Amino acid sequence: MKHIISALVENKPGVLAHVAGMFAARAFNIDSLAVGRTEDPKLSRMTIVVIGDDKVVEQVRKQLARIVPVVKVQDFVGQPIVARDLMLITISAPPEKRPEIIPLIEMFRGKVVDIAQKSLTVEISGPEAKIEAFINVCKPYGIKNVARTGTIAMPRQAKIEP
Amino acid sequence: MHGQDGRATMFIRKGVKMKSKSRPSAKPADQSAFAKATADKSTIKAGAHPVRNSTMPNPNTSGQKGKISNGAQIIVDMLIEQGVDTMFGYTGGVVLPLFDRLYDAPIRFIVPRHEQGGCHMADAYARASGKVGVILATSGPGACNLVTGLATAMMDSVPMVALTGQVRTELIGNDAFQEADTTGITRPVTKYNCIVKDVKDLARTIKEAFYIASTGRPGPVLVDIPVDIAVSKCNLDGPVEMELPGYRSQPKGNARQISKAAEAINKSAQPVLYVGGGIISSNASEELRQLAKKAHLPVTMTLLGLGSFDQRLPESLDMLGMHGTAYANYAVQQCDLLIAVGARFDDRVTGKLATFAPNAKIIHIDIDPASISKNVHVDIPIVGDAKEILVELIKEVEFKERKKWFAKVAEWKKKFELRYDQQASSIKPQYVIDEICRQTKNEAIITTGVGQNQMWAAQFYKFIRPRQFISSGGLGTMGFGLPAAIGAQIARPDATVIDIDGDHSFNMTMTELATAVEHNLPIKVCILNNGYMGMVRQWQELFYNKRYSKSYLANPDYAAVAKAMGAVGETVDKKADVPKVIRSMLAEKKPCVVDFRVEKEENVWPMVPAGKSIDEMNGLDILESMA
Repeated sequence: MKHIISALVENKPGVLAHVAGMFAARAFNIDSLAVGRTEDPKLSRMTIVVIGDDKVVEQVRKQLARIVPVVKVQDFVGQPIVARDLMLITISAPPEKRPEIIPLIEMFRGKVVDIAQKSLTVEISGPEAKIEAFINVCKPYGIKNVARTGTIAMPRQAKIEP
Repeated sequence: MHGQDGRATMFIRKGVKMKSKSRPSAKPADQSAFAKATADKSTIKAGAHPVRNSTMPNPNTSGQKGKISNGAQIIVDMLIEQGVDTMFGYTGGVVLPLFDRLYDAPIRFIVPRHEQGGCHMADAYARASGKVGVILATSGPGACNLVTGLATAMMDSVPMVALTGQVRTELIGNDAFQEADTTGITRPVTKYNCIVKDVKDLARTIKEAFYIASTGRPGPVLVDIPVDIAVSKCNLDGPVEMELPGYRSQPKGNARQISKAAEAINKSAQPVLYVGGGIISSNASEELRQLAKKAHLPVTMTLLGLGSFDQRLPESLDMLGMHGTAYANYAVQQCDLLIAVGARFDDRVTGKLATFAPNAKIIHIDIDPASISKNVHVDIPIVGDAKEILVELIKEVEFKERKKWFAKVAEWKKKFELRYDQQASSIKPQYVIDEICRQTKNEAIITTGVGQNQMWAAQFYKFIRPRQFISSGGLGTMGFGLPAAIGAQIARPDATVIDIDGDHSFNMTMTELATAVEHNLPIKVCILNNGYMGMVRQWQELFYNKRYSKSYLANPDYAAVAKAMGAVGETVDKKADVPKVIRSMLAEKKPCVVDFRVEKEENVWPMVPAGKSIDEMNGLDILESMA
């Protein structure tokens, strides 16, 4: 099962190596890992997607919390969350194909951010499934390059009343 | 300093040569520092207090605050403030500024012959004293040589602070002379490590290092210090505040969980207490004794737990696991409640996990939440300090006689007592340990190598006090015994310290004999010399059809080696001489090495083959036949 783990960490050199090293040393699999500063320059947030059964993910959570510069660890499983992935994708798009491709991009609420003679670079964000779907629809045209951030996530703030 | 001329710089690590150029008449710094430290013993004692409780500033150093100082001086001041009166380390190019400040510091400084030895010394010093062990090494090779020692301390949760020198900040990443990525290399073998890149952070970082090393689940912490930081001027003013937003230790256990545990204990008909090194690091032996007595529980110990419970008491089931006693293993397999305290369900303890303690409800008390339910499913977890939790638990448990259970345990204990062939004409290794135990009246501090020597020491020396058995359990580091004996003797100068070692374990670090001689430490090294890497040979005999592949090596004449190094050396090859030689060894004031030529192909019994359930032991028939 896929778990999204969010870790608030001190923004110090070596923290990423520590976290990544722990995953490798304990043979846990990382599906994706995204890091960025928070509003507090002393803190960063890491969003880590891990695949494993509950017992494995429980260990991941505990081992993460054990790392000294890791301040807080949350496993979002079972919680309502907003999860997003950002992708830049360069599609082979000669002018005659563009009337076909551009509506697709619009359908996925993507944005053309670069244009060349024979290609387009598109920015697209959304849940992972949407990103995967867009890659699939682009395949027939030819994908030149893909860069993805990996998932970042936030718990939904509004509580749903029964 | 890190110049082009490789040969010239090479000498810097060895210290003496380079130094003699600038100060021709000077003695090596370490010796003078030691002489000075010994002369100042009264001041050392006044400033010394266990680090666990050290929050007071040291009167000797608080006067330094506000004065312009440099990084090296700040390190020394912080060490003294943390209560350090003894440390271990080896000099080198980038740590020269620090060694210069240590030259007249009131700290006893022990220089090993190899950084690994120094690291084990600091480790054993910590295990024997309960204080934080401190090791200092230079950059590159010095730091790399600490790795085994740090991993040993990490696996066995020993509080240590390692300080390493690093090349100048602007050279980092340039493959400079004696540069290694120390924090990268040591990250998986330390509880925490970091590099100091601003002298303003130095005092705080060192304070944090001691705090992290000694609280929660203890462990080694490494601080890497570039040489330019050590020589930077800095104005140390105001109190040093720690900044550790991500570090919490939670000593108090959850009251509801403790009540649940007490209820389970009170209900249990066949309980077993299974305790580990956590009892010793939390100084909870007395509470353990009270709990076992009040609730009437049999107690089994892990290798690192030995000493936490007096093995002469009828409730003691001694050690469990792969080479544990049959009575401990049977009791665990048949119990209805297993109360684990400060132990981590290591594979050498549990054997096959799926069949471990199959009928038992499990209570697990541990300071490290990550240890709980890591290997086995725990029914009642309690996170916190063993001592604090046991104090609360004792209040709620009731005495229950459990006549049938204790009768069963006593019967196993009688039937499967640890035995060896006392009639044999050769020297049985177990006999040597038995005799040492008898003559030292269970009071000696025992250190060990790794392998058969270690298992026999654990089986045949009956420990009565915490911090009496010092052995590399988790990592299983051969070569630990001798430097550990040195560290323990320095921590406990009046104790009898004996290294029960294997010939090949001793081979790995025997250079440290020179350190023992230099400091005139009355350690005793008892080599159970069978020529083999005995435990490897045993496995090869049992599982590899006696193909003794690369497990036999030619050994030197250890008595002659000892004498050449200035220690006392003795060889024993007659059984009748064993008691007499042990007697004279115990009376000896100089370091001594006794080479016992023991039975070559003796095995450690019982033995649970790897991957088997712990009640599937080999060798019980052999034990029974010797009754």
